Amino acid sequence: MEIPYAVQPRPDTGLYNAKAGIWLFLASEVMLFGALFSAYVLLRVGAVPGEWPHGWLNVTLGTINTLVLALSAITTLLAWVACKTRQFDKFKFFHACTLLLALTFLCIKGYEYHDKWIHYEIQLTDGRIADGHMLENNPKEDYVVIEGRYVADEKDLYDLRAQKDIKTGEIKIPRPQIKEMENYGPWHNTYLALYFTLTGLHALHILGGSIVIGYLWGPGRRMWKTDPERFTNRVEVSGLFWHFVDLVWIFLFPVLYLM
Amino acid sequence: MSESHSVDFKSYLRRCIYVFVAVVCTTSLMICASYLPHYSWAVKVVLILAVACVNAFIVAGFLMHLLSEKKMIYLLLGFTACFFAGLMGLTIYAMHDMPSGTSFH
Amino acid sequence: MRPPVHTSFPYDAEHDEHEQHHARHDPGFWRTYIFSTDHKIIGIQYGFTALCFMLFGFFLLLLMRWQIAHPGAPVPFIGPLLEKVLGPVMAGNGAISPDLYNSFGAMHGTIMIFLAVVPLAFAAFGNYVVPLMIGAPDMAFPRVNMASYQAYVLGGIVMVVSFFIPGGAAQAGWTSYSPLATSIPTHGQAFWLVGMVLLITSSLLGAVNFIATIIQLRAPGMTWMRLPFFVWAQFVTAFLLLLAFPPLEAAGIMQLMDNLAHTSFFLPTGLAIGGHLAHVSGGGSPLLWQHLFWFLGHPEVYVLILPAMGIVCEILANNTRKPIWGYKSLVYSALAIGFLSFIVWAHHMYLTGMGQKIATFFQTTTMIISIPSVIILTCLLISLWGGSIRFNTPMLFALGFLPMFGIGGLTGLPLGLAPADIYLHDTYYVIAHFHYVVAPGTIFALFAGIYYWFPKMTGRMMNEFWGRVHFWGSFVFMNVVFMPMFAQGMEGMLRRMADGGVNYSAARVPGALATLPNSIMALHTWILWGAMALGLAQIPFIINLFWSIKHGEVAKSDNPWQSTTLEWQTPTPPPHGNFDRPPRVCRSPYEYSVPGHAADFTPQNEPDIPMTAPKISPAPAVH
Repeated sequence: MEIPYAVQPRPDTGLYNAKAGIWLFLASEVMLFGALFSAYVLLRVGAVPGEWPHGWLNVTLGTINTLVLALSAITTLLAWVACKTRQFDKFKFFHACTLLLALTFLCIKGYEYHDKWIHYEIQLTDGRIADGHMLENNPKEDYVVIEGRYVADEKDLYDLRAQKDIKTGEIKIPRPQIKEMENYGPWHNTYLALYFTLTGLHALHILGGSIVIGYLWGPGRRMWKTDPERFTNRVEVSGLFWHFVDLVWIFLFPVLYLM
Repeated sequence: MSESHSVDFKSYLRRCIYVFVAVVCTTSLMICASYLPHYSWAVKVVLILAVACVNAFIVAGFLMHLLSEKKMIYLLLGFTACFFAGLMGLTIYAMHDMPSGTSFH
Repeated sequence: MRPPVHTSFPYDAEHDEHEQHHARHDPGFWRTYIFSTDHKIIGIQYGFTALCFMLFGFFLLLLMRWQIAHPGAPVPFIGPLLEKVLGPVMAGNGAISPDLYNSFGAMHGTIMIFLAVVPLAFAAFGNYVVPLMIGAPDMAFPRVNMASYQAYVLGGIVMVVSFFIPGGAAQAGWTSYSPLATSIPTHGQAFWLVGMVLLITSSLLGAVNFIATIIQLRAPGMTWMRLPFFVWAQFVTAFLLLLAFPPLEAAGIMQLMDNLAHTSFFLPTGLAIGGHLAHVSGGGSPLLWQHLFWFLGHPEVYVLILPAMGIVCEILANNTRKPIWGYKSLVYSALAIGFLSFIVWAHHMYLTGMGQKIATFFQTTTMIISIPSVIILTCLLISLWGGSIRFNTPMLFALGFLPMFGIGGLTGLPLGLAPADIYLHDTYYVIAHFHYVVAPGTIFALFAGIYYWFPKMTGRMMNEFWGRVHFWGSFVFMNVVFMPMFAQGMEGMLRRMADGGVNYSAARVPGALATLPNSIMALHTWILWGAMALGLAQIPFIINLFWSIKHGEVAKSDNPWQSTTLEWQTPTPPPHGNFDRPPRVCRSPYEYSVPGHAADFTPQNEPDIPMTAPKISPAPAVH
């Protein structure tokens, strides 16, 4: 006996198996990201007032990523419609777009991560703090060079939105003057910890979704010839996952970039 | 036959363009809201999240076909929303309801 | 190369293609037994693996009880082996060091819950029985099912391997509270977290599979209210796993970041470790971990008990030869438990300095959730009334479950009430309570299920005499082990003390105001002997299980227990695909002793037979 309702929907529920399965999986993903967002809210509300970063992320890049992902959600939907209307060429085109847009997203994200990775907060022995992007950090040399600025207190580093016209320049700091040096990784503060964890997990989901869509676009397309209905369902189900990943970003972007 | 196919496709394409325009608008609105002067962060957060919810509704409703889905899915998502609200709400309430003289952490 | 799935509507009997499918389908040993996608094989794989982990967890328990009864004394017989394997730091002189005791404690809990009981109750029994009970050919997603099992095994391996790394396994309790979990100088905590992520993934995939299967693959005529209660229990359990596990996965990821990437999700500002200020950014919240952990932790206990209630229900109906009393109440109570279990979690956190309003909220919901639990137990008890009871081994275990779960459940009430919990929290009373629910509770139901469904899996019965020996031995010694712990807890003995409370005993500090009296300390020896006897009582079971596969008494038919549910209406063992054609369900699941029927049971798929005498046709008019 074959497994029923693998392709045709069951009359009383109106769903085929994979659709029921993917919505169930998405429900669990809502709880997963929901827990992380709850952690964000809790940690932010519980933070010392005035010590929560604002404006640390590049809004332009974030906006581009938002639009890239929204566009990819649309190309995903159109790829499914193409399958539904049995226009396989259009399916190939639209999912190729989806994959390219996903790659763009990840590249921009990678660039943003790199930007944080080379951004250092250097505490000097005289009490000042130098903050900026590392230009030269040769272990053989006894100095480091950053493109940044000096601040008197760590609190001045938090709210970049409130500070107009931040001037930066090349600063050469001799190593003996350095008390402590830390880059803007997840260990630097809870905001960055949340940023890297949330966007990192999200990026993993983008990667996973891309692999599935890539498989359907590539080797998996054999099924189009043998069982187009089932193939269309697979495209729909993977599309639903992709849309969910877009949904998560719709909340990630304002929470991390705009607040 | 293929004409009716391309007609279907074209109407979907049109819908998608509307959705994309809507997303661009909501995104711009959020960004503008975050730069509004003379408002406290609390107000801005509420505004931005409200716009984000509208954005999410558009994506979920149209792109994920949630508006035309079956009751079973609504039931599942309804429960999920309930429990998510419970998790977030009760955890944050626990943070605020402390015996006098003590604080969270 | 998979045969193409035909896209025609499934109830077309396309026999030719069906036969072709079988001819191509000769998978060989690896595909049949190791990389199987058949729900029955996967169920047995889960069951066997889970029982192995249960035995391992039991050994950890024995070692812990030895340490508690004889703190610092070398373990007899296996002390030298421990020292050889785990090193002189952890097990110097063959004795269990406090750190090793802590790792045993943490791993005993983790292994028993996540590697033994849940996989056995939910995944093993669920996988084997549920598709058969609803008349389905397999689970909705067979390959996801296989992936689920493999993730489980991988998670288990990671957990066991963690014992052998420098620093040892996780030592911060099965609850892995921060900041302790991040401060212990071992990578064992990271292994624990990775293992948990794998196990959670396995559970999530399994949960999706179960729910989709029960919603989509019920046979024609199998309406929701004709489902056996076991299926309802598994359905609710799957929902609990689906929606409650992800927050723990999120928390696990965050704690892993704390451990490996030195973030401070759960580490507060000003944290000092070993007398020095920790080099972390601070700003985190230890309570956040607790909230996220217990958001899963509480539904998890219902995951432990619901399948057990389902199994007991099936066996009671079958062995009382009458329908279960209050089927609708059972179903609605299970649904209520499922829903309410998501909003009671902070009753595990009463002592964290919560405010009164929030504590009252959780206390109220906790009290309310006890109502459906009592309803379920009451329905099961009332079901016995007027029954024609057959005392076979599954029934003995199912009957034993009832008072044991009663004790466990009732002793949970003082723990749910915040004022009482202030005294009882973290004492042995808590340990006694939850062990009563899980050990003579759930595990008895699981034993019952094994004895009950064994004939369907193998075509042979397990030995009845040794089954009774197993039952009475387990029943008596479970009580010997766990009943004294209530007394110990009420006297104030705390959990997780590697020395068994010696430092607080009257013998150590005579004349101090509140110490653990000698009578309480003496119970440790009782409990140790009880635990060893309990272990001995399992030996007949293990031998019986394996011996009966080949040498057990052959079952008299495909349905030796004369049961009404669909899994007994298949050949033994059920073939791949289970049913030749979908069974047509015509009646409710517990039609035993229905008046007017010849047999004292009517299977669910037995067609309706008119009860009136056949009409006598009028005499022909023509002559």
